Amino acid sequence: MPMPEWLRIRRGKHADQRDAALWSKCPMCGEVLYRRDLAANLFVCTKCAHHFRMSAYDRISMLIDGDFAEIGAEVTTGDPLAWVDKKTYPVKIAADREKSGINEGVVCGIGAIDGCEVALGVMDFHFRGGTMGTVVGERLTMLLEEARKRALPCIIFTASGGARMEEGMFALMQMAKTTAAVARFMGDGNFFVTVLTDPTTGGVSASFAFESDVIVAEPKAMIGFAGRRVIEQTIRQKLPDQFQRAEFLLEKGHIDMVVERHELKSTLTRLLRYAASGKKVRA
Amino acid sequence: MNPIVEREKGLLEVERRINDLRTANANQPVDMSAEIAALEQKYEELQRELFASLTPWEKVHMARHPERPTALDYISQFEAFDELHGDRHFRDDAAIVGGFAMLGGHAVMAIGQQRGRDTKENIKRNFGMVTPEGYRKVKRLAHTASRLGLPIVTFIDTKGADPGISSEEHAQSEAIAMCLYEFVEARVPIVATVIGEGGSGGALALGIADHVLMLEHSVYSVASAEGCAAILWSDATKAEEAATRLKLTAADLQRFGIIDEIVPEPLGGAHREPLAVVARVLEAVRRAVQRLSAGTPEALLEERYRKYRRIGAWGTGRRENNGTTP
Repeated sequence: MPMPEWLRIRRGKHADQRDAALWSKCPMCGEVLYRRDLAANLFVCTKCAHHFRMSAYDRISMLIDGDFAEIGAEVTTGDPLAWVDKKTYPVKIAADREKSGINEGVVCGIGAIDGCEVALGVMDFHFRGGTMGTVVGERLTMLLEEARKRALPCIIFTASGGARMEEGMFALMQMAKTTAAVARFMGDGNFFVTVLTDPTTGGVSASFAFESDVIVAEPKAMIGFAGRRVIEQTIRQKLPDQFQRAEFLLEKGHIDMVVERHELKSTLTRLLRYAASGKKVRA
Repeated sequence: MNPIVEREKGLLEVERRINDLRTANANQPVDMSAEIAALEQKYEELQRELFASLTPWEKVHMARHPERPTALDYISQFEAFDELHGDRHFRDDAAIVGGFAMLGGHAVMAIGQQRGRDTKENIKRNFGMVTPEGYRKVKRLAHTASRLGLPIVTFIDTKGADPGISSEEHAQSEAIAMCLYEFVEARVPIVATVIGEGGSGGALALGIADHVLMLEHSVYSVASAEGCAAILWSDATKAEEAATRLKLTAADLQRFGIIDEIVPEPLGGAHREPLAVVARVLEAVRRAVQRLSAGTPEALLEERYRKYRRIGAWGTGRRENNGTTP
């Protein structure tokens, strides 16, 4: 999979550093995989088909045809509570930037998937566990507002441990803010798809993730409101492995489809084409 | 044991002695009024010492006080109330109480999170932890209110949404998300009051509002102090520090522009004078509803969108935004 020039520039030195790690071990089957083969296979284990967590830019380059015009990249993390736990919040953010190669938990922008222009937001679990602080909320809101203005469909990939505690109530209120933006976007008759990847929990699952027209999930993705540990502590017993997995949610009727990563791009393209052939009706 | 309840034990002891002395004084010739006055002064001093200023951690416990007025204590003081039940799909969740009510001569839709006042009721009410069925009831009532043009009045008092197997099987996330969606779109004034503990997304499901009130000693937080300590410090004993750092008090949240108004409580907390507190809250709610009812639904929705649109704290090349932008 060739990397577009703009992406190579944006990822800068971090991508090179990460690529220096030549081998990855599959957390499911233990197979040791050559990193380049793994990337060529869309970060799906060649032995057991385990779907690795993907970085935001890897996802974008997997889906987007050519250029990707980023939205909200200039919005960066504040520290409204002057937060300190074992470390200060700015120190944690700096470490996450270094580790993930991105500057916040979501990358948003406009691009085309197989010729269909789309507003795309991709969360990245490698940055603060994909938690939603005000930057994530603000960027997604900017994305939805731009999509509404241009009457584009919107796809958001979720990967999140929930609201970002280091920003306190400012983080919780992003659930309200993104929901308000989704409601306006959808109210104009625009098409909204969410793709839930491992894991999607807490304040993200309880807001825009479950507000879309079509909810797609990746195989075995952990999806739920309460974390597994919290439930296990509450009921004082172990949960079965398939509990809160994508397949379990499909069976229960919470999501529309479970799609393997190799089929994801073609599936999303078909969905975008179905929606594009309709005549929009405002709510 | 709740440390606020512990503190009250000593005070109750002094209170009992004052009453004993008063009874004795009435029944015998020896004048003990000087002793009574001294004890009463002592009582006042103790009360001020114990309750005049509460730390965030103490407020967490005040918010959870077993005798603190609950949603039904407020709702029962409306001029009229007719409860509506069920989610129309599966079950009636007793952790949500809602229905038509009269306030200041006008009809409203009142919805509250109801915890129990004793163990038996707590089991029935699931300790105020709402299940998806409860949130679907909230959504349904809010939708009816929006269609009929009735203001929505909510009372928030929950540790958080129910974290059980059944709740996950019944799509807790979707149920909360749909409440948020209904509240951002409702074409009527919404006034929310945090009366006890406002815990996370489970509280926010009733919390998107044009005017948000908080009782002075209630708390409102992205996560419980205990949960936050366990995750960020990997140490549950850091809950007190987490409570301080989370900035979960009414004063902090008003400063941040996340809530709009604080309703004062008597010394020692709302449960010391429950009826007065309930009346004060209902009057503040009535005033807010009246003010918000003056405009058009379009203006109301636009203002609500702007209000949530600007909440955040971020930096850009051009500006630094800590708190809310104008």
